[in-house]
Amino acid sequence: MPGGNVLLEARGIVKRFGGLAANDRIDLAVHAGELHALLGENGAGKSTLVKILYGSLQPDEGAVSWEGRPTTVGNPAEARALGIGMVFQHFSLFEGLTVAENIALALPPDAAGRGLADDVRSVSESYGLPLDPAARVASLPVGVRQRIEIVRCLLQRPRLLIMDEPTSVLTPQEAERLFETLRRLAGEGCAVLYISHRLEEVRQLCHSATVLRHGRVVGRPDPKTASMADLARLMVGADVQGAGNREGRPAATGPVRLAVRGLSLEADTPFGVSLDDVSLEVRGGEIVGVAGVAGNGQDELFAALSGETPASDDAAIEIDGRACGRMGPRRRRRLGAAFIPEERLGHAAVPAMRLSENAVLTRHGTDPELATGGLLHLSQARGLARRIVERFDVRAPEGDPEAGALSGGNLQKFVVGRELDRRPGVLAVSQPTWGVDIGAATGIRRELAALARDGAAVLAISQDLDEILEISDRIAVISRGRLSPAVPTGDTTREAIGLLMGGAGD
Amino acid sequence: MTGFEAVVLTIVTAATPLLIAALGELVTERSGVLNLGVEGMMIVGAVTGFAGAQLTGSPYLGVIAAMAGGMALSSLFGFLVLRLAANQVASGLALTLLGLGLSGMIGEAFIGQPGLKLERIDIPFLTDLPVVGTILFGQDPLVYASVALAVCVSRFLFHTRAGLALRAVGNNHASAHMLGVHVIRTRFLAVLFGGACSGLAGGYLSLAYTPQWVEGMTAGRGWIALALVVFASWMPLRAAVGAYLFGGALILQFHAQAEGIPLPSQFLSALPYIATVAALVILSRDQWRARNDSPSCLGQVFVPDR
Repeated sequence: MPGGNVLLEARGIVKRFGGLAANDRIDLAVHAGELHALLGENGAGKSTLVKILYGSLQPDEGAVSWEGRPTTVGNPAEARALGIGMVFQHFSLFEGLTVAENIALALPPDAAGRGLADDVRSVSESYGLPLDPAARVASLPVGVRQRIEIVRCLLQRPRLLIMDEPTSVLTPQEAERLFETLRRLAGEGCAVLYISHRLEEVRQLCHSATVLRHGRVVGRPDPKTASMADLARLMVGADVQGAGNREGRPAATGPVRLAVRGLSLEADTPFGVSLDDVSLEVRGGEIVGVAGVAGNGQDELFAALSGETPASDDAAIEIDGRACGRMGPRRRRRLGAAFIPEERLGHAAVPAMRLSENAVLTRHGTDPELATGGLLHLSQARGLARRIVERFDVRAPEGDPEAGALSGGNLQKFVVGRELDRRPGVLAVSQPTWGVDIGAATGIRRELAALARDGAAVLAISQDLDEILEISDRIAVISRGRLSPAVPTGDTTREAIGLLMGGAGD
Repeated sequence: MTGFEAVVLTIVTAATPLLIAALGELVTERSGVLNLGVEGMMIVGAVTGFAGAQLTGSPYLGVIAAMAGGMALSSLFGFLVLRLAANQVASGLALTLLGLGLSGMIGEAFIGQPGLKLERIDIPFLTDLPVVGTILFGQDPLVYASVALAVCVSRFLFHTRAGLALRAVGNNHASAHMLGVHVIRTRFLAVLFGGACSGLAGGYLSLAYTPQWVEGMTAGRGWIALALVVFASWMPLRAAVGAYLFGGALILQFHAQAEGIPLPSQFLSALPYIATVAALVILSRDQWRARNDSPSCLGQVFVPDR
C-alpha cells in the first residue's frame, strides 16, 4: 500500500433526488499513488458520488477537500483544472467527431492547438494504447473508444483518475493491458478511483476499497485479503449464491431445437458487422453461451435469430425442425420461440407504454386470450402483467405503471419474465443481466437455468465472460461476424476464450 | 446585357436569400436545435428591414433592422425551447405562424410604398469585363456577403474551438455538458445567429430582390432553406452549391413559362418545390448517411441534471 498523502477527501456527502438519498453522509479519502476501488450494486450511489467529485453534480451537504484544502468543484472544467480526470462508462464520446476533436474538447484551449495530433500519437503509444487521431469515432469498436477516453485523460496529466466500469467492454487480454497502464500510473504517483462490480479484478488490482449500499458506506475492506464472498456480502447485504445449477445437469441429449446453418448476412450499414457462415445448434435442455467483445456481430446475430433481419434462405435457421429463416418475429414466436434483446428501453419495451401494453406487444400473436380479431383484451393484459410482476419479483410502482418508470434492473426482470412466463421451447437472449445488480442478475440466471432444465433450448449472448462461464453448458465465441464452434464449458478456459474474442480464431 | 447574363443574374439574386437563411439554420441545427420557424423569421425580417429603411432612409440600416427582427423572434423561440424545454417542432411551427401574422400587422402601413433598394456595386473596369463582368463584379453587397458568410461559417465550424464545441453540443449534449461546455448558452447563441440570418434573408427580399413590402412575400423560401440544410448534409459549402441549384430551379421556371414551353404553368411554378422533395427523397434513401451526417441530438430537449 503506497503511503502517499491524502489527495482527495470527501466528508459527509449528501445528495438527494426527490425523497431518495442517493448519497447519505459518505466519507471517502483517496491517497496519491493509490488504486482505490469503489464498490456497490446498481443504484448504490457510486455514479452520483463520482459525479459530485467530478463537479457535474453539486452535493446538498458535505465538503470536499483537495490536498488538505477545502474546495468546491463547481463544474467538470474546474475538476480538470485541479487535476481530476474521468473515464466514463457511457455517453462521453462524440460519435460524429474525429478522435483528435474528441480529445481537443476536453483539453484547455492552449493545449488543443496544432501539435495535438502528434501529442495524441506519442502519449497513446507510450502507454501502449495506439490511436489514429483522424479516425471518426462512429467507425471505431468499443475497445478503441475506451482507449480514446483514457488517452484524453492522460493528456491532461491527471493526479486523480476516476474510472467507471472500464473493463465491461474489454477482452480479458485488453483488461490486463489496462491494468498494466493503471499500475504504471499509480507508480508515477497518480491516484485512481476505480468503480467496478467485478470483484475478481478489484482484488487483483486495487490497494483499498470503499463499499456503498443504498447510498451509505457499509465497509472499507482490504481487497488484497478479503474474499470474493466477503466483498459480495458487503455489497448485497446478504449471502449471494451463484446460479450454480450447471453441475446438476447432464450433457444435453435432447433434440436440436434451434439450428443455424451457414448463415451469412451482409451488414446493412458501413459500421455494422457482416455475419459470415455462422452455424450453431442448441439442443433442448442446454444453454449455449455466445461470448465476444461488443460490436463483433452480436446485434446482427440476435436480429437474425429473432427475425428482425430475415435471412435470404429459409433453411438458414430452424426452430424445432421448421425452416424459418425468412419468417418475421411473430411467426417465429408462434413456433414456440421467444426473444429478449439487449436494449431494455426502446427495443424490448416501450418506455411510455404501461406494463400491460408492453406485455401485449410480444405476446399478442401467441396468446389468443390477449387479442382476438384485432381487438385487445386489456383486463387480461393487466392480469398477465400482474402475474409477471409477482412471479419475477419486479419492484414496480403500484397499479400498471409505464415501463419507463421502472428502474433498469426491474424492467429487465419484467422483459425476461414476460418471455419466460410463456414457457418458450427456444429462447434467444442478449445481455440477459446487463446493468442489473447482483441480486437480480442471480435471479435471472437461475430462471434461465430452470427453463433449460425443463427442456428448452437457450442461446445467451453476453459480453460478460463471468456470466457466460457461469450459466453455459457450451460456449461459442463471436469475433468479426464469425462464430467459433461451441465447446463444452468444462473443456475450455478463460484464456482460450479471451484469445478467440480477440480474433485468434481467424 | 445579354439574355444569358440576365438569367444568371436573376439566379444569383434568387439563390442569395436561400443561402443566407440556410446557413443560419445550418448553424442552429449543428448545435442540435431544430428551428422550423425560418419562414416566420424571414418574413418578419423582410418587414422590419423594409420599415427600417423607410423610416431611416438608409437601406443599410434596413439591413440591420431586418437582422434585429429575425433575432427578436428567434430569442423568443430560444426561450421557449431552451429555458422552458418546450417541444422544438411545435414551437418552430408556431413561430412561423406568429411571424406571418405579425409581419402582416407591422407591414400594413407600408403596403404599396416604393422601397429603397440596395444598390449594386460597380467596380471600375472589372464590371465592364465581357460575359463575367456583371455576374462576378456587379452584384449588390449582400450577394458578396452571403458567399463570404458560407466560407466563414465553414471555417468557424471546422477550424475553431468554438465551432468544435458547437458541433459537440449538437452531437452529444450529455457528454458536452460533462466536459463543461455550456450547452444551453451555446445553443441560444446558435439560435440567435440563425434568427439573424433568417431576418437578413428576409431583408434581402424586401430591400434588394423586389424592393417593396408584400404580405407573404417570402412565399415558402424559408421551407426551401430548411430542406437545403438537409440537402447540404449540414455542410456550409454544400449549402452554397445547393442554394444556387434551387435558385436556378426557381428562375428557370419563369423563363420556361416565358419561352412558352408546353407544360402547364402550375407545374412549372411547382418545380422548385418538387425539386426540394425529390432531393430530400434521394438523399434520405441512404439511411446510413442520413443518420450519420445529421447532428445526433437534433431536436432533443436538454435539461442539465443538477
